Amino acid sequence: MQDYSVIGKRLPRLDGMEIVTGKAKYTDDIVLPGTLAGKILTSEYPHARILHIDTSKAEKLSGVRGIITGKNVPMVQYGFANFVRDEYPLAFDKVRYIGDEIAAVAAIDEDIAEEALDLIEVEYEELPSVFDPEEAMKPGAPRIHEHAERNICSNHVSHVIGDVDKGFRESDYVREDRFVTQNVSHCFLETRNCLADFNANGELTFWTSTSSIYLDRFVLSHLLKIPVSKIKGNRPFVGGGFGGKGETVSCQICAALLSMKTGKPVKITLSREEQFIADRGRHRWIFELRTGAKKDGTIIAKQCRAIADAGAYNSLSFLILMHSVGYFDIVYRVPNVRYDGDMVYTNNPPCGAMRSFDCVQLRLADDSHMDMLARDLGIDTIDLYLKNVSGPGDLTASRYKLDSNGLRECIERVRDDSGWRDKRGRLPVGRGIGFAVGASIAGAKSSNDDPDASSALVKINEDGSVNLLIAAHDAGQGSRTVFSQTVAEELGIAIDDVKVNFVIDTDIIPQDQGSYASRTTIGLGNAVLAACRDAKRQIFEVVADQLHASAEDLEAKDGVIYLKGSPDGRVSFKDEGGALSLCLTSKKVVFPIIGRGHFEPETEPFDWKTGEGNISIAYGFTAKVAEVEVDTETGRVKVLNVTSASDVGKALNPLFLEGQDEGAIAMGIGQALFEKLELDKGQILNPSFSEYKIPTALDMPRTIRSTWVETLDPHSPFGAKGIGEAVIVPMPAAIANAVYDAVGVRINEFPITPDKILEEVEKKGKLGE
Amino acid sequence: MKCLIRLKVNGETYEIAVEPRKTLLDVIRNEIGLTGTKKGCNMGECGACTVLLDGKAVCSCLVLGVEADRREVITIEGLGNGVHPDPLQEAFVKHGAIQCGFCTPGMIMTARKLLDENPSPSEEEVREAICGNLCRCTGYVKIVEAVLDVARSEKGGRDAGLLSHR
Repeated sequence: MQDYSVIGKRLPRLDGMEIVTGKAKYTDDIVLPGTLAGKILTSEYPHARILHIDTSKAEKLSGVRGIITGKNVPMVQYGFANFVRDEYPLAFDKVRYIGDEIAAVAAIDEDIAEEALDLIEVEYEELPSVFDPEEAMKPGAPRIHEHAERNICSNHVSHVIGDVDKGFRESDYVREDRFVTQNVSHCFLETRNCLADFNANGELTFWTSTSSIYLDRFVLSHLLKIPVSKIKGNRPFVGGGFGGKGETVSCQICAALLSMKTGKPVKITLSREEQFIADRGRHRWIFELRTGAKKDGTIIAKQCRAIADAGAYNSLSFLILMHSVGYFDIVYRVPNVRYDGDMVYTNNPPCGAMRSFDCVQLRLADDSHMDMLARDLGIDTIDLYLKNVSGPGDLTASRYKLDSNGLRECIERVRDDSGWRDKRGRLPVGRGIGFAVGASIAGAKSSNDDPDASSALVKINEDGSVNLLIAAHDAGQGSRTVFSQTVAEELGIAIDDVKVNFVIDTDIIPQDQGSYASRTTIGLGNAVLAACRDAKRQIFEVVADQLHASAEDLEAKDGVIYLKGSPDGRVSFKDEGGALSLCLTSKKVVFPIIGRGHFEPETEPFDWKTGEGNISIAYGFTAKVAEVEVDTETGRVKVLNVTSASDVGKALNPLFLEGQDEGAIAMGIGQALFEKLELDKGQILNPSFSEYKIPTALDMPRTIRSTWVETLDPHSPFGAKGIGEAVIVPMPAAIANAVYDAVGVRINEFPITPDKILEEVEKKGKLGE
Repeated sequence: MKCLIRLKVNGETYEIAVEPRKTLLDVIRNEIGLTGTKKGCNMGECGACTVLLDGKAVCSCLVLGVEADRREVITIEGLGNGVHPDPLQEAFVKHGAIQCGFCTPGMIMTARKLLDENPSPSEEEVREAICGNLCRCTGYVKIVEAVLDVARSEKGGRDAGLLSHR
């Protein structure tokens, strides 16, 4: 394996000191003189026609500077995928969920803005509503959007490979299960926000906490009819995203509209309760799974019927359904597959993208189902997976090209590292061990008409310092630091000589689509590498003259540019008389030396009817084993330890990889055991951290073992693949399977709460008698 | 009507006219302009706004500004001496105990309070101490490691008489 100087090292974050000293500025920390506070009025009804909105009383309130409603905002629909745009910035004809935005107020402070909201009078005509996706699909159900017959977002998706019916007939054993997952909220600590400042030149400047500042700029331009050249987006530090900040939302649009109306800067920062309501988290899915296998565990056919509750607007739901199709067969080699899926509108709050694009729910259901299948067949679960696991070079049934795939090694690694063979079936009652697998895209298009391109600039200064200018939408993953490592490695310089921008300013920084789909490592990574090579080529041409060599024969490493295979032909990179001194006197280059890099992955457009298509340039894989203890008196589950192995292609910085894995384990524990957005007729009952519990330091296992399988993906910088999403995927299923191993009960409606465990244990006890 | 309060923040004395309903968090962020202290929930549920009030770790969103009259507040900006960071700040960077960083200031303040009271905490004591500070990114593993690392080195330093008393 190649020997690297900077890549692969456990280097700390370059922006770390900013954060720990409190100097890092997040959007809400930015203050412009005379900024007005914005507040949004939302619907109290899940489904109602808006008959009249009277803002006159609110307008008279002292301190109110501007009010907007659906009537005076652009009548342009928006939404992530262009063929299912179904939202307006503010509802003007009807509201479709409790929380649908109706009007917005700008006032001299937040309290006055809030008071003004109470003075806005909205006359509604309540409409019949529907909250269950299976009900919503039935004939006669209330229609939520005019365009959506049977409330189905876009279209039914059907993906068929081989002949599943024949496959089931040829199977020795067929098992069927039904699972229902729950709504989960992102719970990033920084709520969504926007500070917008519109000026007399017709230019809009905005600051926002986002995973895609360029997408926000595009949507604002599209809605407000301001050319992108007149919109400047700034992305300061961002307090978490997990997929929940990738979509432009009402609070950003309203801040811009209110600033345009008042001519003053306007800031909207959602309260925690508002965030829970506006958050577009994980969907509630219903999965009906059927698998047929031979006695020896060979899987012959797999079938999935999936129905998900999209909530009141499409958001990214239809795109998520497309991915769900591919995630069903990505981990196996199966000749016969059938997937039927529907995303269904209801009057619940809309759902959207969250870490893994809902692969985690699908695998939670399927890995639970497979664990039971293995038990039925009398085969060890891990052996069942090893018999059917997908491999490198596979083209899956959904046309995913798995050029690199280390899933088999991940599975073997966690089996051996966890002591699976000694523990499975041998632990005392109340203790259990469970296994599951996961996969995720590592760089995908967000839609078929999206370029998904990344660009980077590398600026080499006379003194040898290097500025890296990139739109790394780093929300803690460490991408700014990893790309600085990339520059240091490629130019053969010290990381201390690399300076990377912490803020993304769309006027200055070359475009990248953002941090979603685990795409940054490959997308932006390749662009940074290309920019380095462009800069290096310019320097090498000068150095080649000096060494009487060809530029192609030069290499840069550890502060020196040298002629390959020649010990004498070498110059220092930045020391007096070295490469940069040569460049200063050369006519071939001028300072600063600018390297430009661009990358666009070769992916296939996907078929909207079947979900087929190679949507990602690479795929990440992972396997996890969890050991739990279940208190049979209280039903409480304690996760004791987790063993994890992930195919990351190449570990660029193990410190950050561990951070991703450990964070995913926490999030997976919450999802498996207690996190659930409680909805009653479209009303969220637990919109706070005391009612919606997320894991604390006490909920974590005391032992976590994270390791990396390096498969060196051919498309990637140094062979690395993004892994932030894949790592969460197996966690809930590993826990579910461990709970079964511990107490012999299976909870098919998640999360696995103590009351459900006790109820099942009691039922089982009665059966035993 | 506004009330005049006088409070010491990170060693500096401020005299501010505040509305009685404004929280200490809003006073620190909006009146004094120290934005290192974060607002994560404004209900005392996430710990992101933790500061030291007369040496006690509190959620500054649960304290009114007027309650801080004649009292002393230390925020994240008051740790270390501006040139040299606090050992906890260094350890959080070194151990990768930060991701998005939004919980970090509050987390460090809670950890500082713990170590001031209990210089040699066990892992369980660290977990107990920070369990009111929510972090959605890290899974707390590296945060616990960082705090324990500082405990070990500070204790070593104290025993050797290297660190002045805090």
